Amino acid sequence: MHFEGTAFRYGRDIDTDVIIPARYLNSSDHAYLASHCLEDLDPTFVERMKPGDIIVAEENFGCGSSREHAPVAIKAAGVSCVIAKSFARIFYRNAINIGLPILECPEAVDAIADGVRVSVDTDTGTITNIDTGEAFASEPFPPFIAEIIEAGGLVNRTRAKLAAQ
Amino acid sequence: MPRPMTVAEKILAAHAGLDEVRPGQLVECDVDIVLANDITAPIAIDVFRELGATEVFDRDRVCLVPDHYAPNKDIKSAEQTKKMRDFAHEQKVAHYWEQGCAGIEHALLPETGTVVPGDLIIGADSHTCTYGALGAFSTGVGSTDAGVGLATGRCWFKVPPTIKFEIEGELVDGATPKDVILHIIGMIGVDGALYQAMEFTGSAIRSMSMEGRMTISNMAIEAGGKAGIMEVDDVARAWLEGRCQRPYVEYHADPDAEYAQVIHIDAADIKPCVAWPHLPGNTHPVSESTHIAIDQAVIGSCTNGRIEDMRAAAEVLRGRTVNPNVRCIVIPATQAVFKKCMAEGLADVFIDAGCVFSTPTCGPCLGGYMGILAAGERCVSTTNRNFVGRMGDPTSEVYLASPAVAAASAVAGHIAAPSDL
Repeated sequence: MHFEGTAFRYGRDIDTDVIIPARYLNSSDHAYLASHCLEDLDPTFVERMKPGDIIVAEENFGCGSSREHAPVAIKAAGVSCVIAKSFARIFYRNAINIGLPILECPEAVDAIADGVRVSVDTDTGTITNIDTGEAFASEPFPPFIAEIIEAGGLVNRTRAKLAAQ
Repeated sequence: MPRPMTVAEKILAAHAGLDEVRPGQLVECDVDIVLANDITAPIAIDVFRELGATEVFDRDRVCLVPDHYAPNKDIKSAEQTKKMRDFAHEQKVAHYWEQGCAGIEHALLPETGTVVPGDLIIGADSHTCTYGALGAFSTGVGSTDAGVGLATGRCWFKVPPTIKFEIEGELVDGATPKDVILHIIGMIGVDGALYQAMEFTGSAIRSMSMEGRMTISNMAIEAGGKAGIMEVDDVARAWLEGRCQRPYVEYHADPDAEYAQVIHIDAADIKPCVAWPHLPGNTHPVSESTHIAIDQAVIGSCTNGRIEDMRAAAEVLRGRTVNPNVRCIVIPATQAVFKKCMAEGLADVFIDAGCVFSTPTCGPCLGGYMGILAAGERCVSTTNRNFVGRMGDPTSEVYLASPAVAAASAVAGHIAAPSDL
């Protein structure tokens, strides 16, 4: 998959409470969750972002709660992918499982400022700063996880496996 | 001979049908318990249906607990608990507790013997790591993993490296298990154990009650940990006696097991502390926090809502009154804890002191209801997270502390230790 978008740059330890505050967890409606995405971190994010834009953050993105509502809110808001120095482990699993592309690449994070145009090729793991032409290689996914991504998420992969039995 | 292994590695190997596993290895395991709550179950149920599944993998191994926004806080929450209830009845789920019989999942499941040592447990709630205190490998997952788990009883894991924490000696000067885990998170940071299992050992752990141990394992996730495991010992065996619904298996680490890191902590170095906003690792001694005035104190949650926590808070509040500028909200974690509070006279202590004394719910911990903060308000809380907006308005602040410190602060009107009163 290939994406191109504007970088929204954030710091470290971006937790799931600011990604989607619990006051909205009385629903799992995707559009509702998307409309409150990152509300307590960047209240203007939803109105400023355009479909395809990219979140770029430092270490431990998505720490805290197991709420799958967090990657769902990001994906449903139209964010094409999240690039971070590292991800909290439950968020990492959830993003893979629901088909939100995520990439770990500390060098790219350091080289991408807020508002920069970025292109991402998830097949090769290449992240390019379009403004400077600099390219970075993200950590490749282990084959098992790549298989889930390729299937379009854990539900599709499991459904295919159940059908084969 | 299999390679020497940690407790985490042994449990994952056993559930993957392998003689041995090593860190970094990806394994698919049979799980013993799949857990979800009223916030995460609705999505997991959608996943279950999407898979085309018609029956849960084992009705005796599914736990569904209405606790986060239950008793229902609004119409949307009522729809969520209804969706979970309907599913539980349709599937004849053995471990569904109706409101009135339930409580906070991570206090309820150990208390009722539904989770046991040696189990591999996935729960669509990040504090599922609590059951590590029972010698289980227990970890938080999202709703999709839980939904697949409901249908198949299986889950994939990357075998984590283990960090061992050896806590030796006695806790002194009013330090409690909550201070132990806040101290550790302050030391290693909120991603200090990212992608890793934490194993807690040492004489300070061995001399600790099961309630205290669960407080520690509960917050492993706040250091990024995948599990927070303790070995089964005589204290655990005595507590488990007559409680467990199934026979259990004890796993002990091999003496020559490989650890990513071994961290030694002298228990006497642990001071009563408070995690200031907005990260659980932002710890400061209580003695350096007494200038902070508070508007609210919350005593409860899956971290500190057990009977020992209620006793610790009541000991401070007995014969005293809550400061007129403070709302103090006390929430026993389960109906059994609630009843013990009544039987032991603790409920009277709380009510006479001017506390709100509530039926079990997660409510205020995650800013759901039953104690939401207004703009700029400050709360000292025995809960587990102090992120921006966690308990209400994004400009409000949460300070994490032990039950004794929260109770003392409620009386003083500012952060305080019981010895300050």
